[in-house]
Amino acid sequence: MSAADLTTDTTRRPLSGRRVHFGDLTLQTVAGVAALAAVVLVGLIVWKLITGAEPAIARFGIHFVTRVAWNPVVGREIFGAGSFLFGTALTSLLALALATPLAIGVALFLSELAPRVLQAPVTALVETLAAVPSVVIGLWGIYVLGPILQRHVEPALHSALGFIPLFGPASTSGPSIFTAIVVLTMMILPIVASITRELFLSVPRELKEGALALGTTRWEMVRGVVFPYARGGLAAALILGLGRAVGEAIAVTQVIGGGVAIHLNLFSTGDTLASKIASSYQGAATNLETHSLIYLGLILLVFSLVANLSAQWIVHRVARAHGAGLNRGGLG
Amino acid sequence: MSAQSLTNATLRAEGLPRRRAMNRLMEALAWLAAAAAVGLLVLIVWSVAVRGASQLNLDLLTKTPSSGFLATGKQGLANAFAGTLVIVAVATLMALPTGILIAVYLIEFARPAVRNFVSLVLDVLNGVPAIVIGIFVYGLFVLGHGQSALAGSFALACLMLPLVARSTMEVLVLVPSSLREAGLGLGVPRWRTTLSIVLPQTIGGIVTGTTLAVARVAGETAPLLFTSSIVGTQLHWNPHHALQTVPVAIFELSESADPQDHARAWAAALILLLFILFASLGARWLATRNRRRLSTSR
Repeated sequence: MSAADLTTDTTRRPLSGRRVHFGDLTLQTVAGVAALAAVVLVGLIVWKLITGAEPAIARFGIHFVTRVAWNPVVGREIFGAGSFLFGTALTSLLALALATPLAIGVALFLSELAPRVLQAPVTALVETLAAVPSVVIGLWGIYVLGPILQRHVEPALHSALGFIPLFGPASTSGPSIFTAIVVLTMMILPIVASITRELFLSVPRELKEGALALGTTRWEMVRGVVFPYARGGLAAALILGLGRAVGEAIAVTQVIGGGVAIHLNLFSTGDTLASKIASSYQGAATNLETHSLIYLGLILLVFSLVANLSAQWIVHRVARAHGAGLNRGGLG
Repeated sequence: MSAQSLTNATLRAEGLPRRRAMNRLMEALAWLAAAAAVGLLVLIVWSVAVRGASQLNLDLLTKTPSSGFLATGKQGLANAFAGTLVIVAVATLMALPTGILIAVYLIEFARPAVRNFVSLVLDVLNGVPAIVIGIFVYGLFVLGHGQSALAGSFALACLMLPLVARSTMEVLVLVPSSLREAGLGLGVPRWRTTLSIVLPQTIGGIVTGTTLAVARVAGETAPLLFTSSIVGTQLHWNPHHALQTVPVAIFELSESADPQDHARAWAAALILLLFILFASLGARWLATRNRRRLSTSR
């Protein structure tokens, strides 16, 4: 849907002229108020989180973001987001690193390789994976995935790659950062894959056929034509996937175990911004802790705003660049 | 030397067998990735089905969890199913009309600049993590008035709104201008043209979008933790009080130490998962049918 399509249509434009029907004006006003409400809602979210976090911001300032501490004992209260930020970065970046090649593989399969009969059902199944509620994935993570990883995967990784600090001794209890990473990978895979699939499908057919006609193999065509064409959009897809991983609270809370410490061992427990908030739902010990939890939420909100806006900006730029490129091709 | 053998020689020089092998390897990896993605879904559904099916019984839907040490056998999650029903229904009542009105304004009335801006805002709202919506509503309502199902519904409505608005916009642009022109040409005022000629064309799309949105929020836990989670074990329907919900119940039971609780968590997860899978696959099927109809009528 492009803006140009709609503006040429005189049946779809703002009311104008002297003789405006009362009913028309009413509908336009009521619908306009609804649209305004959406804008106000987003403003209200930002405002509520800032005012909610205010006492914690006043007390701890910007140092809150980097401090590694979470002590709700009255009199010695001190809070900081440092370890949670680290946990968020570690889990979501590694999840993205695992999910990206898988997602690109799935997208290539769906856009280039899949036999016609498999295309629609596999697309539907991959998108259905995104519909599985996070609490169900978390439940599965605790009782099915966690034990498998702990018993078989973690010891193997430790003995083979133990010299890398990430792969420390296997966890003795169930929960671990590693389980959280695998769970997050599963959750962002369908999102990144379905956006990437649409990107790959948008590559002009004549470009692909041109490459194949020059004698390239299918993989060389993908590397030489599909990837460069989809590069910008792919960046946006990855940012959106990262945003989803960063904001996921429930499934991570269920499998990550908790704790306030910065360490690299994936097989030990940890916490992320979102999982810390979710696991504190049964009530904070003090008001200051409540405000500090909202402060964590504010950090999450800022990240999600930045991630979404930059992804939108990239999509916009790519769309314009491709439009211009096609026009040039048309002239030449 | 013939042209044929020349090409063959060049191709050999560039390592055609190696290139072909590389191609085959990459194709195999892509097949494998797709198989893994589908396999993951099958694996999750299968393990939930195996663990949940043996615990499925009518008591789950009709009995409530009895509290205290005297808890014996016949326990259910009737209160959670009732709560989810109430909270999701109220959320739909909030988000559906607002979302449709937003779409009508953006497609039928707004200037392009306004349309682009509000669309961007809807995308941003869609990207706000559910847990952040949860603490937003916590700060907005719960801090002053305590938890309630209404607060939970409002939180879920915030998540539904961009989905409903977006899907309605997508079908509204497909409605051909000739229909609007016909209405206006007959002297029907624009508001009636919009409400009784244009909108009815989009019913299918709106139903699909709403079903997908309902399927999405019915499984949401994060926004309800801070708005409707401090609950008793009795069956309630009053939305002014906090109500138990299926996702929150699964979340709590999954963290419990009692294996009996895990069993009920799996059974509840199975019911929730089945509902969501049927709703989203059904909506998808409806969507393809509708799109075909709208585009052929054009």
